[in-house]
Amino acid sequence: MKSFQITASVLALAAIAPMAEARDQIRIVGSSTVFPYTQAVAEEFANQGGAAPVVESTGTGGGMQIFCAGVGADHPDITGASRAMKKSEYELCVQNGVTDITEAMIGYDGLAIAISRANETDWDLTLEQVYKALAAKVPVDGQLVDNPYKKWSDIDAALPDTPILAYGPPPTSGTRDAFVELAMHVGCAATDYAKALKEANADDYKKFVEEDCSRMRQDGPFVEAGENDNLIVQRLEADPNAVGIFGYSFLYENLDKLKDVKINGVEANIDTIASFEYPISRPLFIYVKNAHRGVIPGLNEFLATYASEDALGKGGYLEERGLVVLSDEALAAVQDALTKGVNMAAPQK
Amino acid sequence: MTDTSPSSQTGAGFDWTSDAYRERLRKRRRSELLLRMAGLVSISLAIGFLMLMLGSLATTGYKAFTQTHVTIDVRLDPALVDAEDVAGSNWRRVMQAAVAEMFPGLEDRALRDVRAILSDGATFMVRDRVVADPTLIGSVLTIRVPVSDPFDQLNKGTVDRNTPEANRRVSDAQIAAFDQLVAAGRISTPFNWALFTSADSRFPELAGLKGAFVGTGYLLLVCFAIALPVGIGAAIYLEEFAPKNRISDLIEVNINNLAAVPSVVFGLLALAVFLNWFGLMRGSPLVGGLTLALMSLPTIIIATRASLKAVPPSIREAALGIGASRQQVVFHHVLPLAMPGIMTGTIIAMAQAIGETAPLLLIGMNAFITAAPSTPFESATTLPTQIFIWADSPERGFVSRTSAAILVLLTILVMMNALAIWLRRRFERRW
Repeated sequence: MKSFQITASVLALAAIAPMAEARDQIRIVGSSTVFPYTQAVAEEFANQGGAAPVVESTGTGGGMQIFCAGVGADHPDITGASRAMKKSEYELCVQNGVTDITEAMIGYDGLAIAISRANETDWDLTLEQVYKALAAKVPVDGQLVDNPYKKWSDIDAALPDTPILAYGPPPTSGTRDAFVELAMHVGCAATDYAKALKEANADDYKKFVEEDCSRMRQDGPFVEAGENDNLIVQRLEADPNAVGIFGYSFLYENLDKLKDVKINGVEANIDTIASFEYPISRPLFIYVKNAHRGVIPGLNEFLATYASEDALGKGGYLEERGLVVLSDEALAAVQDALTKGVNMAAPQK
Repeated sequence: MTDTSPSSQTGAGFDWTSDAYRERLRKRRRSELLLRMAGLVSISLAIGFLMLMLGSLATTGYKAFTQTHVTIDVRLDPALVDAEDVAGSNWRRVMQAAVAEMFPGLEDRALRDVRAILSDGATFMVRDRVVADPTLIGSVLTIRVPVSDPFDQLNKGTVDRNTPEANRRVSDAQIAAFDQLVAAGRISTPFNWALFTSADSRFPELAGLKGAFVGTGYLLLVCFAIALPVGIGAAIYLEEFAPKNRISDLIEVNINNLAAVPSVVFGLLALAVFLNWFGLMRGSPLVGGLTLALMSLPTIIIATRASLKAVPPSIREAALGIGASRQQVVFHHVLPLAMPGIMTGTIIAMAQAIGETAPLLLIGMNAFITAAPSTPFESATTLPTQIFIWADSPERGFVSRTSAAILVLLTILVMMNALAIWLRRRFERRW
């Protein structure tokens, strides 16, 4: 039985495989928004002769869990995040011995609200209108009630007489967190109800923002479309009245099919996102485990590639991919932190 | 034979011409016709859905099997290419000079736009060619390189030239330059070998399935090496040696239940045991293979038991009768006769394993890696997880490449199933 000999030898091979072997590839986990940029740097690094890094898209929260699990070859070296590390995550890191972490802001990402080019209206919404269209509970005549709006024209007569239908990211996504914080909370705070509440009772107001302003409606008009943004693009093409919420890079790649919905009269593009004129934009980060520097081969060189002007700078290949780049001073600070391995301070919240 | 003409059928004590009989007959015929029609409708629905799926895959996927290339002349100026350190020379400058030579009279900004026609990988292709053959330095290298994805889409007609300039990825000036290349006969659209010979890339025009092929291969090897001996061993014991009692009944029920456990559960198990407890490499084909081996075990055990059972008892009795031990009976007579059935079951289990995605996502086999793994202990992707990654990429070129990868995966599955059918036809013995 020759096949038995072969299987036996393969089994033996599997058994003697070192359990926690040293590795010569850099491992990177984290946010799906940072993923395409890290991908680009990884490919550039491999083309320059480094061992091809392993880049995995796990979502910001999932990435932090894996990144903070410990120090050693079993654990990743870098995680990407579409928001800053939370205090609880930092504490988890410290608890597992991951104390020396470099935080680097690599640039900004805009969240686009997009609609098919087949839709002829020139859309321009305020964040308050976005909040009213998509929140679970909205104030009507001084009372907080279940969202009664079915059509855009119910919110403001000037808006089109079409049903509200928005495809957006699920709660596990960093994009969703950012959207809730940057669009929903701001839009919510702009309502008269919130303003009155803020004057009356600061604690109640805080609770109101954290709970009622953060809940997306579940009665149909807001559809969680999963982590696959291409799927949202296809649905928008099929239904010209639907809007979609995703990272700016997906709008950028599909500008022939989709157009953006202006927010407060501001169009989403690279310039308005970088200047924060466009209100829904957020910073992107990578976190580096400094204990792995000098242990994992190529990590320092990889970080130098990441920090280089060709990548992060103006006209660099990450900008070509849709990243909104940092100002010159901010970039210099990030390059300094990445190359020298400056440890971050514990986050406040 | 009864004569069927109505006039002669009245004699047998039954009125074949009565209205009640004809009514019953009509009813029976109608219900039979209805059943047939329902069957036909179901079959055509099933075929229709299959055609719809294959059709939509083929119409989006066929474009990925060709790739637009451009033939360029690169002057390997010794002033720019350092013979001492070929790989470390400034190859971007070399390429810039080559493009400037093709489009004389363009200034910086316009030149940069035109340079975007070439794939980012072109620079490295030229570099690697010269590294392999340094004697080229000083000559003019004519080389065919892929164009970047937006221009590939333009050439294939996916990008509409009539859309306003602001709404497309390629500007009017770039289209003019591209048309100039077409007119010069420099543009060609050969078969996209890179789809099979390159590993993953963030540029669709350079991305291929090699990493996924190698990853899937290693994964199947591990899965096969573990699941086959364990599965056959378990089946032989249960079928040939185990006493029939409550415990063996319980085991049997459990194996059948195990075959129905959703695959994602195996993924969670692997995450907890192989990664967190054993500390094996995350995303390696070794871990993936172990996970899928657990999944295919029940299928293999059930198939093996069925084919062992199909070997007639007379063969066992004859062997025992001339003094063979039970172990000799199994290995000399029963197992060889059952082998075709076992192999068929195993191939079908492996085909299932090839298409499995959910447990592999949990153990991190969906990473982006620009090189194929060289051992089963390195992180890798498999075909379905590669499809998963491409389906989630923003670039337009990945839409057709996703469909193409699915077609490749389906072809492999059809081939494996055909092999299983062939094995069964060729070697199966009926008793």
